[in-house]
Amino acid sequence: MRKEWEGFIEGNWTENIDVEEFIHLNYKPYDGDASFLAGATERTKECYDRVQELLVAERKAGGTLKVDASRIMRINAFEPGYIIPGKDIIVGLQTDEPLKRGICPFGGIKMVREEVAEYGEKLPEEIDRMFDYVTTHNDGVFKAYSKEMRQVRHLGFITGLPDAYGRGRIIGDYRRAALYGIDYLIEEKQKDHELIASRHVMNEENIRTAEEVTNQITALKEIKKMAAAYGYDISGPAKDVKEAIQWTYFAYLAGIKEENGAAMSIGRTSTFIDIYAERDLARGTYTEEQIQEFVDDYILKLRVARHLRTNEYNELFGGDPMWITEGIGGVGMDGRHKVTKNSYRVLQTLYNLGPAPEPNLTVLWSKQLPEPFKRFCAQVSIDTDSIQYENDDKMRPSYGEDYSIACCVSAIQMGQQMQFFGARCNLAKILLLGLNGGIDERTGEHVGPQMESVGDGPIDFDEAWRRFNIYLEWLMELYVNIMNIIHFMHDKYDFERSQMAFLNSEVKRLMAFGVAGFSVAADSLSAIKYAKVYPIRDENGVIVDYRTEGEFPKYGNDDDRVDEIAVKISERTIEELRKHPTYRNAVHTLSVLTITSNVMYGKKTGNTPDGRRAGTPFAPGANPMHERDSHGAVASLNSVSKIDWDTCQDGVSNTFSITPAALGKEKEDRTTTLVGLLNGYFDRGAHHLNVNVLNRSLLEDAYDNPEKYPNLTVRVSGYAVRFNALSKNHQKEVIARTFHQHV
Amino acid sequence: MKGRLHSIETFGAVDGPGIRTVFFMQGCPARCLYCHNPDSWGTDAGRDIDIDEVVHWAVRGMPYYGDNGGVTFSGGESLMQGEFLIEAMKALKKEGIGSAIDASGTYVDEFTDKAIETCDLVLLDIKHPDPERFKIITGRDQETLLEIIDIINKHDKHVWVRNVVVPDINDTEEDIEALNEFIKRIKHIDKIELLAYHTMAVEKYGKLGITYRLKGVPPMDGERLEELRKLVKYPDDNQ
Repeated sequence: MRKEWEGFIEGNWTENIDVEEFIHLNYKPYDGDASFLAGATERTKECYDRVQELLVAERKAGGTLKVDASRIMRINAFEPGYIIPGKDIIVGLQTDEPLKRGICPFGGIKMVREEVAEYGEKLPEEIDRMFDYVTTHNDGVFKAYSKEMRQVRHLGFITGLPDAYGRGRIIGDYRRAALYGIDYLIEEKQKDHELIASRHVMNEENIRTAEEVTNQITALKEIKKMAAAYGYDISGPAKDVKEAIQWTYFAYLAGIKEENGAAMSIGRTSTFIDIYAERDLARGTYTEEQIQEFVDDYILKLRVARHLRTNEYNELFGGDPMWITEGIGGVGMDGRHKVTKNSYRVLQTLYNLGPAPEPNLTVLWSKQLPEPFKRFCAQVSIDTDSIQYENDDKMRPSYGEDYSIACCVSAIQMGQQMQFFGARCNLAKILLLGLNGGIDERTGEHVGPQMESVGDGPIDFDEAWRRFNIYLEWLMELYVNIMNIIHFMHDKYDFERSQMAFLNSEVKRLMAFGVAGFSVAADSLSAIKYAKVYPIRDENGVIVDYRTEGEFPKYGNDDDRVDEIAVKISERTIEELRKHPTYRNAVHTLSVLTITSNVMYGKKTGNTPDGRRAGTPFAPGANPMHERDSHGAVASLNSVSKIDWDTCQDGVSNTFSITPAALGKEKEDRTTTLVGLLNGYFDRGAHHLNVNVLNRSLLEDAYDNPEKYPNLTVRVSGYAVRFNALSKNHQKEVIARTFHQHV
Repeated sequence: MKGRLHSIETFGAVDGPGIRTVFFMQGCPARCLYCHNPDSWGTDAGRDIDIDEVVHWAVRGMPYYGDNGGVTFSGGESLMQGEFLIEAMKALKKEGIGSAIDASGTYVDEFTDKAIETCDLVLLDIKHPDPERFKIITGRDQETLLEIIDIINKHDKHVWVRNVVVPDINDTEEDIEALNEFIKRIKHIDKIELLAYHTMAVEKYGKLGITYRLKGVPPMDGERLEELRKLVKYPDDNQ
């Protein structure tokens, strides 16, 4: 056994890469409360103040502080950078200065040219010219797309596809760097390569994998070099908690240096790190205050991570997110919860460093989490609006005890799986297209199978449902094929070598499809079924509006009549997707999650039978439509909880805002109530909840007086943002959402 | 059997212990100056609800109740529908769900005794300890309040005392002392809540075309209320 591992319980992990088993054998569940936690040190405060200054400057500069287009972002493209030279204790920045953004052109050079132009910079000629000869992921995709694929894309049936930017959603098991050191990982990759390249049949898959593994080995060597530039030799395992954090962070940093994927989760690091912390506390190597300081500095580094984006991109994914998602808590397969002191320390950063959207702290909730921890989480939610909750009891049976969350709500087994991210299709528009028999309601363009438009009404539900299914069937085939092209090209032209280096060489793949306009589609079908809906046509006979007579049940009120329609929509969607084979045999998954693209999707969708006006934003994710959930919070949550996670294994996102007064009269009561609410919701089998505890008037004031609220953080849709970083349109939509309040 | 319902709140965290499903029943004999639900006064408005529906909504809330949540019947004055309440609470008990009655103390009839006996907790609004001022605030005689307290004590029911504090009406130290004195007659008090008068209902009055009689009275100041809360005294022989 290596000397860095002294004091750890041995197992398979000492012979093979098996971080999960290492954690399982060595972590110590913590049942106590938060009273052991340490506050911020003077050094932490100084670094935090510096970051605050930089954030103010970034906001004043319109959201992006500095752009360096002089070189392509690679692991060692930049010299080392620091927040305050000499003061950083966990080191490493993407570029040589905090908040400075670089360019990642291999996803798409066009996007980079736009980005650079938007910030008044210019690409150096040699980089610009290089792409006369180099194909990017974006070039490749458009070489393969059919006309119809481009059409559904520009009409807004499928939007936000990662065909012009990095796909993200890959989570390297960065803990491997700390546990094993880079040299051992290289050796293992070399063995894998030899095995794969020596197979009897060198088919496409084996050839591709062999090449990929070689690229991963190159990346690992470069990561060692990067660490060396910061004064660290990471060829061997980390020997204490500070090194464990540093090694893990270096491994992650390499990924965000050269990849600008939409969502770049860090995984599930806190309980892993706790094992080192406990050993150091026992040995007297470090004190609680020192360990908290390491954690604070680690989190502060994650808070200054940035990518260069275009305005168009920001319209989809508002608030400049990185989705540095960290899964906290959960339960092991043996029933022991995985809450450790370090789970608390990571949440404590929201007090030591103030509320913030990143990293995207995600509590993996289970009935079995210890009561003091549940209360602490609820308290943090009430105080900071910075964390989200996901149902570990739902995910664990499928993903085991060592999964983490890609982006917002998507479970992935650490080290063994990767995801092909696939944005989302527009369910409301599919319904409208069906009623119009293949004419887009906004442009009059013919698209998809052509048939007579629906009769003059009242529209028959069975007929509407039949049409919805015909167009769903058509679009889902197209959707799978589009995704196959995208990920084929991404692997080919923009392979994430530095992230994949921390995964098994032969990973299992998930293909994550998504839907938007979920509640609008359900309510529209409910209107057709329970009220009388008459089409209104324009001079060309295209249905552009609907007259709806009478009442109909609305999703969000725990009313099975409409909730069953919603459930059926999700089931039909995944059934259709599964009919079509995927690239690299990926497993089809489905999410009901929109990020902030619910605003953009709404913009691209005409009037709907539920009474929603053309251009109005959809509700986010699986949320009921704004203010339609009128029976109180429990009824609203119960409706969402009916959407079965087994149907939507990529996640069912619900963003929930409640006023402090509605939670109770006193602080203690509010905490108790929120714990009860989470217990009840997850007990119903629900998957995800973003929790905001605030008054609408606060957001209205922040809308008018942004400078008064520099740190106001809100959860929007599987992630959090600084409210000020949202566009005015996104802010308006967040303000228009339901706030559950005391009547 | 049918009751008359104003509305349902599936998430009540301020009307009794824990998370509760709150049924706001339609109809109220009182016309309290500061009433924030004037739309719940008339007995004709609202809609019908049967016992099955009450049970349905309450059962849907069960995972949220935890150890001490349940159902609260509020209003309006839910005791105006005492017969319905009794049946509903019996049906809820079969499901293992406890019930609280939020009573204004302005109404008693032949079903009140049985309703109080059937419930698990009473939220009792003490509009004012002084009979004269009780009448000014509610438009009703205080006798009904005293009768209800007798019934509550007879059945050994536990009570959350509530008192809405309004500037210039009952916000003096003497008012709180009078309240302390008055509630000595209640055997089991679990909690005493002073609630701040607010003006959020003014708009509702406008829409309903009802004159708002506390026009110009400001919302109760939070700090002042905190001071008054410190003066609240639980009776010495409270059980």
